[in-house]
Amino acid sequence: MNLLLVAGGGAVGAVARFVVDGTIRSRSHGPFPWGTFVVNVAGSLVIGLVAGFILFAGHEPGDVAPWRLALATGLCGGFTTFSTAMVEAVRLARSGRTRWALAGVLGTLGATVTAVAAGIAVVGLVT
Amino acid sequence: MNTTASAGPHAASWNSMNASRSELPTVRSPGPDGRRGLPAHLRPTLIGLVALGGAVGSAARYGTEVLLPAPELTGGWPLATLCVNLLGAFALGFGLEALARPGRETPRRRNVRLVGGTGFLGGFTTYSAFALETQRLLSDGQAGTAIAYVLVTLVLGLSCCLAGVLLGERAGGAHPRRSRAAATEGSS
Repeated sequence: MNLLLVAGGGAVGAVARFVVDGTIRSRSHGPFPWGTFVVNVAGSLVIGLVAGFILFAGHEPGDVAPWRLALATGLCGGFTTFSTAMVEAVRLARSGRTRWALAGVLGTLGATVTAVAAGIAVVGLVT
Repeated sequence: MNTTASAGPHAASWNSMNASRSELPTVRSPGPDGRRGLPAHLRPTLIGLVALGGAVGSAARYGTEVLLPAPELTGGWPLATLCVNLLGAFALGFGLEALARPGRETPRRRNVRLVGGTGFLGGFTTYSAFALETQRLLSDGQAGTAIAYVLVTLVLGLSCCLAGVLLGERAGGAHPRRSRAAATEGSS
């Protein structure tokens, strides 16, 4: 059952990434990998919201476990991607665009951790 | 002789174009068969392939999480996320390079890339868990562990990916002239 929740969330997340990344990629120019960046930051915001609900809503851990598995582990995990971010950075660096590679790696790190904190904080304010 | 002469510049131009565009050869629209139509990310069959890969990849990540010790047992270190991300970064670097060929991508190679790369490895690796774990460590006052976790993930992630790319180039084999072309083209 747990595995199915994660797999279902992961399938939806991966498809959403495919569509969002493809749409952004077809419209953006220049070396910065905006598609992967937007996907990872948006997924981090959502996982922050889910973590916030689990932290602040005061449910029993057993009650929220299915939601955590489907939304955090499955959906957000399948939506965001570390492997593509690394491949894009390596390709940028190997084509001589080391600064763009660094900007991508550090920018994504900063923006995703901030997005998680923002997601948790928003739920804290609302509940 | 004639064919060698014509293949050389072709491989080189593909190589330098790929380098200057420096993006994953994902969703460029008209199909690899040259037919104009919906871009890849809007075609139902291809979306199905990504969904399948994403489901299995996410399940494999969850399995890794269940099998490896929880962060509470490893001094706060999220071992499972670290392992899937390093493994996935290596595998995607290797796979994309091994699949890469001069010229248009064939439908079969595209399908392998969408199931295995975009779907499975995209679902297997995760940035949101990495960001959440880092944020939790920071807010729990474990700044040292958070910084170490970030450094290890990014430095080893880039190293694993580079190793995969370099090995994948060799394994690809279909562009034997590629490394020589890159060497003679030099810094261009």
